[in-house]
Amino acid sequence: MNPMQIKIEEAKAKGKVGLIPFLPAGFPDREQFWTELAELDAAGASVIEIGMPFSDPVADGPVVEKASLKCLADGINLAWILTELKKRKGQFKAALLLMGYLNPVYQYGLDKFGKDCAEAGVSGLIIADMPLEESQFVKDAIAPHNVALVPLIGLNTTKERMKLYADGAQGFCYFVSVLGTTGQRESLPARIKEKLAEAKEVFDIPVALGFGIKHPDQLAEFEGLMDAAVFGSALISHIQSGNSSASFMEPWK
Amino acid sequence: MKKGYFGDFGGQFIPELLMPPLIELEEAMATILPTEEFQTRFTNMLKENVGRPSAITYCPNLSKDLGLDLWLKREDLNHSGAHKINNTLGQGLLAKMMGKDVLLAETGAGMHGVATTVAAAMLDMKAVIYMGATDVVRQAPNVNRMRLMGAEIVPVESGTKTLKDAINEALRRWLSDQETTHYCFGTAAGPHPFPTLVREFQQIISKEARQQFMDRNAGRLPDVVVACVGGGSNAIGMFHNFVPDESVELVGVEAAGTGEPGCYSSAPLDHGTDGVLHGMLTKLLQTVDGQIEPSHSVAPGLDYPGVGPEHAHLHATGRGHYVTINDEQAINAFKVLSRREGIIPALESSHAVAYAIENKDRLQGKSVLVCLSGRGDKDLGILDQIL
Repeated sequence: MNPMQIKIEEAKAKGKVGLIPFLPAGFPDREQFWTELAELDAAGASVIEIGMPFSDPVADGPVVEKASLKCLADGINLAWILTELKKRKGQFKAALLLMGYLNPVYQYGLDKFGKDCAEAGVSGLIIADMPLEESQFVKDAIAPHNVALVPLIGLNTTKERMKLYADGAQGFCYFVSVLGTTGQRESLPARIKEKLAEAKEVFDIPVALGFGIKHPDQLAEFEGLMDAAVFGSALISHIQSGNSSASFMEPWK
Repeated sequence: MKKGYFGDFGGQFIPELLMPPLIELEEAMATILPTEEFQTRFTNMLKENVGRPSAITYCPNLSKDLGLDLWLKREDLNHSGAHKINNTLGQGLLAKMMGKDVLLAETGAGMHGVATTVAAAMLDMKAVIYMGATDVVRQAPNVNRMRLMGAEIVPVESGTKTLKDAINEALRRWLSDQETTHYCFGTAAGPHPFPTLVREFQQIISKEARQQFMDRNAGRLPDVVVACVGGGSNAIGMFHNFVPDESVELVGVEAAGTGEPGCYSSAPLDHGTDGVLHGMLTKLLQTVDGQIEPSHSVAPGLDYPGVGPEHAHLHATGRGHYVTINDEQAINAFKVLSRREGIIPALESSHAVAYAIENKDRLQGKSVLVCLSGRGDKDLGILDQIL
């Protein structure tokens, strides 16, 4: 079983929702990033999603985009992320996931990427601009290294497509709560429940809800329909306001 | 399972949430485009509203100056002033027949934005146009035209504030509004099926030009066909029906920017490497880490770090030859064509005209057919600042 699934199942066994915080690599700066990661880990994150900055992040909202572009300006690249993670391998209880866009990974070299992910303790990958139709060559490259490609689905994904994504999927399924970009929202669409129920039926791995999540109170209505929550923009804004990751995680515990 | 590829290039590298509208569009292409209703309405619009067929024009003075036979395919004579209208009327009508009521578009030079706005007005739809903030300033006449015809203009402040960033923002808007909105993509690039769809609507350029040239030249084909390449829609339209004619040399002209050391170009085929951006695997201007480099051209419509995947394929197979022309050479061609033939070309098209001027020695005695993709009125503000 993939470490991401194991960690989410562990949270479930304790009657909790798995927590999946997102931070762009190198945010808010190269040094502080590792402190934030340690705090998220200590506060009980099941999976930590580390953003791989990209110059043209089409699926990201303004908060994540701005943070990612700052990291890019600070010189963060895949080599830095994987080298620094390798130095810290074994230090995190949480499973580690890299999230980003295909081009930087493509330029890094897919085989090398899979190998270096394994050596860095990374067990999952999300590529925001790679639907099912284009995913096989990436899966083929990373699967031998036990790195899972996490499927992203959403409100407009048909059950038939969900089944195709579910075939052989590992780790967890990421359900995008809105038709739009990442970012906090005051309310979530009513159709989520119906589509989450479909996803739960189709996937035999945990289902995580992401995009627009800023507080645990938002999750009450989805009890039993999802296993984990992903939050990024709210966490980034919290840190930008001078607060710590540890204090952000308090209400989620 | 793989579709939408031209050799090794193309594909659908786009968030899953955009796949349903792409699949819906692909289905509409299969079911609506071939219908008599669509074909009749589209053909009538091209005739009555665009003014097709556009002329081909022999340039006697420049031909004499250069020692070659220079012909122009006059897309600048189309309603709204560029080839873009062929595509926007096609996509607009398709979207209307799909039940959409908003046309969303990105624009660089503004010509695609204007053409989309025209299509929206004609078809009683709403136009929403994303445009880099830099381009909003340098293409003010087109912005004014779009506003006059009722478009909502959204200036994009992120990134380089040019076409690349306008595409990013338009894709984000489409994510949210896909049920009511058709993304009227402006060039033969992006995720499948856009490169094929845009080519389908633009190939009329070469269909007409090929026949017109033969009619005027005793059944002979031109020796060289030239078009400027940004995303590549006028070029793929100009090349398409000549591709099987092996005697015809196809030349795509990319923008070299200022040509000074350190200046960014807009020439991914000449200077780029394979990569993924805006839904396609193609040639890109990028760093070794896979970050997209800014592009530069004095011609806003060429100012793009990628290129349509079919051009990447024609480049890779050698069927198309892709060269560069810099800002200064293009501006020279802008002035020369204006002075010698009384035709003011768009700065984009000036790159294609410049190819004939700069390569006159190699082209002596040959017949050269250049796609004049648009007219240059919109660029007079840029020229005022430079000249």
